Amino acid sequence: MSDQDVLVLAEARGDALADVTFELLAAGRELARATGGQVLAVVLGPNGAAHAPALAAADRIIAVDDPQLAEYSPEPFASALREVVEAEQPRAVLTASTSIGWDVAPLLAARLDAPLATGCQAIRPDGDGLLVTASFCGGKMLAECRVAASPAILMMLPGSYRPTDETGKGELEQRKPAAPLEPGAIAFEQWIYPEAGDVDITQQDVLVAVGRGIQQQDNVELAEELAQALGGAVCASRPVVDQGWLPATRQVGKSGMIVKPKLYLALGVSGAPEHQEGMKGAELIIAVNTDPKAPIFDVAHYGAEVDMLDLMPALSEAIAARKG
Amino acid sequence: MNIVVVVRQVPDLIEPLEIVPSGDALDLDAASFILNESDDHALEQALLLKEAGGGSVTVVALDFGDVDNTLYTAVAKGADRIVKIACDGDTPPAPRDSAAVYAEAIKPLEAELVLVGVQAHDELDGGLSPFLAAALELPYVGVIRGVKADDAPGTVAACKEFPGAVMARMSVKLPAVLGILGADQPPRYVPVSRIRGAMKTAQFEESAATLAAGELLLSVSRLYPPAPATRAEMLSGSEEEIAGRIAEILAEKGLVK
Ligand SMILES: Cc1cc2nc3c(=O)[nH]c(=O)nc-3n(C[C@H](O)[C@H](O)[C@H](O)COP(=O)(O)OP(=O)(O)OC[C@H]3O[C@@H](n4cnc5c(N)ncnc54)[C@H](O)[C@@H]3O)c2cc1C
Repeated sequence: MSDQDVLVLAEARGDALADVTFELLAAGRELARATGGQVLAVVLGPNGAAHAPALAAADRIIAVDDPQLAEYSPEPFASALREVVEAEQPRAVLTASTSIGWDVAPLLAARLDAPLATGCQAIRPDGDGLLVTASFCGGKMLAECRVAASPAILMMLPGSYRPTDETGKGELEQRKPAAPLEPGAIAFEQWIYPEAGDVDITQQDVLVAVGRGIQQQDNVELAEELAQALGGAVCASRPVVDQGWLPATRQVGKSGMIVKPKLYLALGVSGAPEHQEGMKGAELIIAVNTDPKAPIFDVAHYGAEVDMLDLMPALSEAIAARKG
Repeated sequence: MNIVVVVRQVPDLIEPLEIVPSGDALDLDAASFILNESDDHALEQALLLKEAGGGSVTVVALDFGDVDNTLYTAVAKGADRIVKIACDGDTPPAPRDSAAVYAEAIKPLEAELVLVGVQAHDELDGGLSPFLAAALELPYVGVIRGVKADDAPGTVAACKEFPGAVMARMSVKLPAVLGILGADQPPRYVPVSRIRGAMKTAQFEESAATLAAGELLLSVSRLYPPAPATRAEMLSGSEEEIAGRIAEILAEKGLVK
């Protein structure tokens, strides 16, 4: 235990750990090297110890179990994490900007009266404090922030660190909370899975993605025609799904699908971090947007600053002409 | 159900963002403001719950930006009460400071359910909603898409989003604060004539809550637009020329067969 340690909240997804956990461990290793502390990985839930081998980048793996941690609910998770943080007194607590992170990190910060920073992309020590580079305004702005107090609760943006091969001591400690956890007023009831039957966008080689720039439901037809010409499928950013213009199974991003097609044609998508999370791994990204400063151009290989509504029919035609 | 919704103004990202000369804050004078998208969903969710089960919807906002218009629009959509909190100066407080003042304004309203957008894109010490829950000493869950009255009295069922379009149905004992990402339906459209009508009839209630700056836990030293290592190769020309060039690139990569 040292006030230079970096604590990482590992997140399990089914039997495996979420990919972002490995990024957090890499960030943790880098920061701990600079502070001279250790990396602690905390995993909450019944199978925590089973994840220990995958958490080898940590020096200490603290697996906390309690019946209330069997499925996610905010109060038991936040309480269990708080107990570990209070016992270990780390310099920083790294969580991901995930569905669980968005609950647990601020609840922990509020209860410990500790600083919280969201959208973190890079962290380094600065005297007693930390300097954090954080993304906000949908990825259009970066902020350099100084976090003075410990522990700093940092919500890391997925994709900011590459998983590391470095290993730590990997010592496993299995713990139970000091007192059985209270269920709290919010209880998990059941998982709801998307309805089957729609196109599986994760299996497509070509995806035509439409964002808010599509403007109206009727225009989705133009994207369908283009996708057909390319032998692919249409997917969307969140606002298009929120409007009910396409089913949730077509959403790409943080709460949607992670896709890695051969071609991702992003039309009228700004490229917010939550969207990029789902499509950055595509082999070829071509973005069309009327705003030259749209963050999507930062991840695209090719870009064009034109109106998607004009481009879609022109591109369908150009593809058809090539096919002859 | 007595529901309180918090709505916030955020800079419109369609407009260019400018930075003040000292380099450590957005130039809010140069920004145009819009209603925070997830707060719009929170309002819609409150109206849907009221329509399904009765009750009232009170909308609370800091008196900042174009908030009057937002509040009149809320009334035109079906909100019952609109409460403004005085906000001195040109800059709205950071989420943690504002959580305290919202909590002070909301406490006397005896809400059973408080709905707030889970994220505002101008937050850095993020998440007004969980800090508000902490200040009100109420339970909290966020990243919610869709809330329904539950069979059990005094509870609601909230769907929490997870990756892969998977949701967790959570049972929430009231009172509670929920961080809303999406409503069960897209926010409703309201004709301008109804908003004008609301401007004539609706009365603001002024909250006595006052802002007190808390301890500065996070300080911004510099803001700057990202300068990515790589940037797309931009194609130029008419739509037809660009379409032709894209078709050519795809053909080169064997993606058009
Ligand atoms: C917890 C959480 C989870 C989220 N999960 C997801 C997710 O899974 N997926 C997701 O996508 N988002 C997600 N979001 C939302 C995300 O933050 C963004 O709000 C969203 O991605 C924006 O979608 P957009 O790019 O379509 O819209 P906007 O950001 O509004 O961008 C629209 C773009 O279209 C351009 N445009 C407008 N008209 C035209 C035209 N005629 N031709 C060409 N371009 C045009 C504009 O310049 C703009 O860049 C999540 C947010 C949170 C808080």
